[in-house]
Amino acid sequence: MANPNYSIAHSTERALSTNKVLKNTYMLLSATLVFSALMAGLSMMLAVPPWMYMASVIVAMVLGIFVLPRTASSSSGIGVLFLITGLLGFGLGAILTLYLKLPHGPQVIGTAFAGTGLIFLGLSGYALTTKRDFSFMGGFLFAGIMVVFLVAIANIFLAMPALSLAVSGAIILLMSGFILFDTSRIINGGETNYIMATYGLYLSIFNIFISLLQILGIMSDD
Amino acid sequence: MELFLKIAAAAVMGMMVFYAWRAYRQWQAHGPKAQKGDWQAVVLPLALVAGFVALLVAMVR
Repeated sequence: MANPNYSIAHSTERALSTNKVLKNTYMLLSATLVFSALMAGLSMMLAVPPWMYMASVIVAMVLGIFVLPRTASSSSGIGVLFLITGLLGFGLGAILTLYLKLPHGPQVIGTAFAGTGLIFLGLSGYALTTKRDFSFMGGFLFAGIMVVFLVAIANIFLAMPALSLAVSGAIILLMSGFILFDTSRIINGGETNYIMATYGLYLSIFNIFISLLQILGIMSDD
Repeated sequence: MELFLKIAAAAVMGMMVFYAWRAYRQWQAHGPKAQKGDWQAVVLPLALVAGFVALLVAMVR
């Protein structure tokens, strides 16, 4: 006969475990975002050239594909994550230096920053409070990523502003979907590794910020 | 230098396309299917995000 006490204890244990992953994820996310911002500040002080952004992103992506998955189950994964986010922040500083030279550059940066924060907080709050499991979006989101990356590869060489705008818009929507997807997976126990969970959410925030910066930069009158 | 970086970026993004394709296949084969009302629950917040971005664009113009 099924033991009801076991069922209650088991589900309480699962809820505690999920809350722990959620807490660790948001704490690590906060720390990596602050570190990234500090590295961006350092990069701006050093006035690094614009090509540093592409170089940093390339190295960060390679680390994210080949190194982080292998170290995510140990404490060295935290170091690798800080290395990745530090590199991305350092590269971001090169882009921000360019934007600050525009007449309304500081306004564009501030608007993109606030907009990114509100989008992330709004979507996270929605995913945390709704009862729905957004894991069903996995196939759709990864298909979208494939299409966007293929178009972005073409645009690296074509350099068409209209295509850049379209790619940035698509990235914002895709990354918003990923915030719902990743947060839902943490809540429902689909993601139990807080390092990989943090990496996913960080990339969503970073990509939304960069894309917003691009859209607002193109659409402003500068 | 810039051409080298563009080629390197294209190569790394090509790798990302490959990994995204693998993830897509796995989620299509083993991922849960949408229940009634799930897609509406996604489209609404994404539409709000799109509207919010349009508002931000209007603010900077």
